[in-house]
Amino acid sequence: MRLRVNGEEHEVAAPGDMPLLWVLRDLLGLTGTKYGCGVGQCGACLVHVDGKPRRSCMTSASSVEGKSVTTIEGLAADAGHPVQRAWAELDVVQCGYCQSGQIMSAAALLADKLRPTDADIDATLGRQICRCGTYQRVRAAVHRAAELSQEQKK
Amino acid sequence: MSILVDPSRREFLKSAALTTAGLVIAFHVPAGRRFAQAAEVPATAAPPLPPANAFLRIAPDGTVTVLLAHSEMGQGIWTSLPMLIAEELDADWSKMRVEHAPAAPVYAHTAFGAQLTGGSTTTWSEFDRYRQVGAVARALLVQAAAQRLGVAPSACRTENGAVIAGDRRLGYGELADDAARLPMPATVALKAPGDWKLIGRPTRRLDTPEKIDGRAVFGLDVKLDGLLTAVVARSPVFGGSVKSFDDSAAKAVPGVRKVVQVPSGVAVVADHFWAAQQGREALQIEWEPGAGATLDSAAILAEFRRLAGTAGKLAASAGDAPGVLVKSGQSLTAEFAVPYLAHAPMEPLNCAVRIGPDRCEIWTGTQAQTFEQMTAAAITGLKPEQVQIHTTFLGGGFGRRAVPGSDWVSEAVHVAKAAGAPVKTVWTREDDVRGGYYRPAFLHRVHVALGADGLPAAWDHTMVGQSVMAGSPFEASFAKTGIDPTSVEGVADSPYLKAIANHRVQLHDYRAPIPVLWWRSVGHSHTAFVMESMIDELAQAAGVDPVAYRRRLLAGQPRQLGVLDLAADKAGWGSPLPPGRARGVAVHESFGSHVAQVAEISLEEGRIRVHRVVCAIDCGIAVNPATIEAQMESGIAFGLGAALESAITFKDGRVQQSNFDDYRVLRLPDMPKVEVHIVPSRERPGGVGEPGTPPIAPAVANAVAALTGRRLRELPLRAPA
Repeated sequence: MRLRVNGEEHEVAAPGDMPLLWVLRDLLGLTGTKYGCGVGQCGACLVHVDGKPRRSCMTSASSVEGKSVTTIEGLAADAGHPVQRAWAELDVVQCGYCQSGQIMSAAALLADKLRPTDADIDATLGRQICRCGTYQRVRAAVHRAAELSQEQKK
Repeated sequence: MSILVDPSRREFLKSAALTTAGLVIAFHVPAGRRFAQAAEVPATAAPPLPPANAFLRIAPDGTVTVLLAHSEMGQGIWTSLPMLIAEELDADWSKMRVEHAPAAPVYAHTAFGAQLTGGSTTTWSEFDRYRQVGAVARALLVQAAAQRLGVAPSACRTENGAVIAGDRRLGYGELADDAARLPMPATVALKAPGDWKLIGRPTRRLDTPEKIDGRAVFGLDVKLDGLLTAVVARSPVFGGSVKSFDDSAAKAVPGVRKVVQVPSGVAVVADHFWAAQQGREALQIEWEPGAGATLDSAAILAEFRRLAGTAGKLAASAGDAPGVLVKSGQSLTAEFAVPYLAHAPMEPLNCAVRIGPDRCEIWTGTQAQTFEQMTAAAITGLKPEQVQIHTTFLGGGFGRRAVPGSDWVSEAVHVAKAAGAPVKTVWTREDDVRGGYYRPAFLHRVHVALGADGLPAAWDHTMVGQSVMAGSPFEASFAKTGIDPTSVEGVADSPYLKAIANHRVQLHDYRAPIPVLWWRSVGHSHTAFVMESMIDELAQAAGVDPVAYRRRLLAGQPRQLGVLDLAADKAGWGSPLPPGRARGVAVHESFGSHVAQVAEISLEEGRIRVHRVVCAIDCGIAVNPATIEAQMESGIAFGLGAALESAITFKDGRVQQSNFDDYRVLRLPDMPKVEVHIVPSRERPGGVGEPGTPPIAPAVANAVAALTGRRLRELPLRAPA
C-alpha cells in the first residue's frame, strides 16, 4: 500500500489490518509515535490524519491510504509549532513518553478552536494518559500555545 | 576528541569487580538509618576524589558532556546532576550535554554500592561526588591555563566556561587536551553555599528539546541491524509453567520467524511487533497451573483479618501499650485496607539484546544496571564486564524498572539466546497490568487509647502484608529481625510514635505467590494513609482542630512543624469555604524530606473531586526548585490516581484488570490545582521523587471526613453515598 506521511510518499508491504502505529514505528522507523495501551485508552499513539486527531493503534494502515498522515516528527520544523514552544516554555515534560501524543492532541485542538476553554481541554486532552502527572502544565501550556498562535498570526 | 578518558574503557571496569554477595551486603541500608548516614557525609571534599574523567568530557568546541550514574525516568536528574557539576566547574550552561553512563563499578551508588536509581536518593547521594567532579575538572583546567599563559594558578579565575587571567581568556575547549594529561589534584575546595550561582536557581530541563519533537530514544525505540521483535506468552496465573504447546498456527503468521520456549513462557519472534503479537494469539499452550491458581482477593483480605487478630513480629515497642489500652477510658479502633497496585509506567517494559561470542549488549530503560549486568552474565556465561548496558530514557519507572530478579531483562536475554539473533522483547499493556511486581496490599489495625489531655496515651498497631524484599537476595539483610524495614517505614519510625510513651507495632509478613515490588514511596504509600487518617480521627475525637492537634504531637519536630504550618497558612486553613467544600490535611516524612498537603474537595455526582492541593516541602537544600515543584505535582498526581481509582484484584488466580479501561489512573480532568511551597533550608538534601506521594490520600480522606463526617479507611476511596 501507499502511505503519505509527513509529506512523503511511502510504499509499504504490510497486512491491511496492521495498525498504522506499527507501520509508522516498525516499518517506517518513525518512533516518535508511542505505544501505550493498544486499545485507544491512553492516546500515546495519537497522530493527525488529514489534520484530524486519530489514535494510530486503532487505525488500520489500509484505511489511511490516500490520506495525509502527520506524526510528531512532521508537526513543525525545529519544534517551532506553538504547542511545542509552549511545552518548552512551561517545562511540561517529565519522562516524556506520552508527550508526543499530548502535543499532537493539543495541536489538533488548537487547529479546531482558537481559544480552547478548560472544558475543551478536559474533553480532548482528558483522553490522554500521563503517569508522571504533567496534567497541570499540559493545561497551562495549551492556553499558552493559543496565545502564541495568535501572536504568530499578527 | 574529548579530553577526559572514555569511561567505557576497561580501567574502570577492572577497578572494582562486584560480586553478587558483595552487592547484597553493600546494597542494603536500613531505612531508619539511611538519612542519618547521609547527614554524616562531610559537606566538603575529602579524599579519595572521584575520577572526574568517568563523569564528564569536554570537547574542543567547549561542550561539556556529563555522564549520569543514575537513570532519567522523568524525575529531572538529567538537569539537576549537571547543575552540580556546572556549579563547581563554572561551566557555560548552554554548552552542557548529558548521557547515561555505561554499567561499571565506578558508577556505583555512593550509599548502595551498586548502580541503581531508587529510593529518591540520587540528589543526596551525588551531592558531593558530582560537585567534586566539577571542582576537580576546574582545577585541572586552571592549571593547564596557568601553564600555557605562564602565570600562577592563583592569578586565574573561571567564569562561564573559560579561564581568565588578566585580559587573557581561554575557553575550556581549548584547554581540555592539556588538562587531560595533568595528574589529579590531591584535594579541591568546594564553593561555599553563599557563592552558588546555579544550585538553588529554578532551571529548565535539559531533555525537553528531544522530548517534544519525537527524537528522544526510549527502550522501545531502539533500532539495530537485524533486530527482531518478540512477544512472550506467560502463565495466566503466577507460578504456572508451560506443560505443552502447539506453535504451528503461530509459525504460519506472516512475519513470524521463530517460536522459542524460555523459562517464563513461550516467545514468538518476528519481524515486527504486530506479527509477533498475532503469532502469540495463534499459539496453543497448555499451562501447568501454579501456586497462584487459587488466588482470590476476598480470601486474601479474610486471611489478613485473621492474622491481624494474632501476635506478629515486633517492629517497634515502648512502655506497655496493651496494658494501658485495657485500663483506658476512651479508646478508638480502626482498620485500614489498601489494594495491590501496578506501576503501569507509560512505556511498557521492553529490552533489546544482542549476544556475541565475547559480549552481550543490552538496550533498555532500567533503574538497576548492576542487577541487569549480573543477570545477563549468569545466563550467557560471560563475565559481568562483558555485558554492556545501554541505558535509554525510561518511559516512567516508579520502581517497576528496579527488579532484584531482573524479570524483563533476564527474559529478553533468554529469548535472544534461544533465538540466536538480536531480539527486542515488548510487553503489551495487558502483560504489564497482569505481570505482577505490584505494590503489596496491606491491612492495618490500630487501637489507640486517648489520655485525659486528648492526646494518645497508647498506640497498638498491627500490619499484615507481603514484604517487597522477601525472596530476593536482600532478604538476608533483615533475616535477624524478620521485619522488612520497607513494610513498616512510616509507622515504626513515625515521629508521632516517638511522642507516645506506650506504643507497639507488629508485622505479619504474609507470603503469597504474587510478585511484589517497591512502588513510588514504597511502604509510605500506605503507612502515611493510615497514620494521617488515624491522627485526624483522634483530633476529631478530642474535639481539637486537626492542624492544632498535629502541632501538639509534633512539638519536637521542627521540620515537620515547618511544612505543616506553611501548608496550612498558604491554604488559608480555617478560612471559610463555599458550601459543599472542605479541607483535609496530612504531613509525612519520607526519604529524608518533609511534606505537608492541604486538599480541598467536594462531592460531585457521587465522586470525590479534588479542586486544590497546597503542598509544602522541606527537602533541605533545594538544588533545582523547578524540579522539586514538578516532582510534587507528579507525586500528588500519582498518589491521587491510586487514592481515587486504582486496584489490582484476583479471582480464580487471574488478575481481573488488563488495561487502562479497568486499571484506572488519574486523567487530566481530575488533576487538582497544585501549589508548591519550598521551605528555604541549608540542611543536606533529601529526596523529592517520592515524598510528594504519601500525604495526598490521607489529605483527601480527611477532607471527606470533614465534609461528610464519614471516615474512609479503604483505598481506593469511595465517595460516601
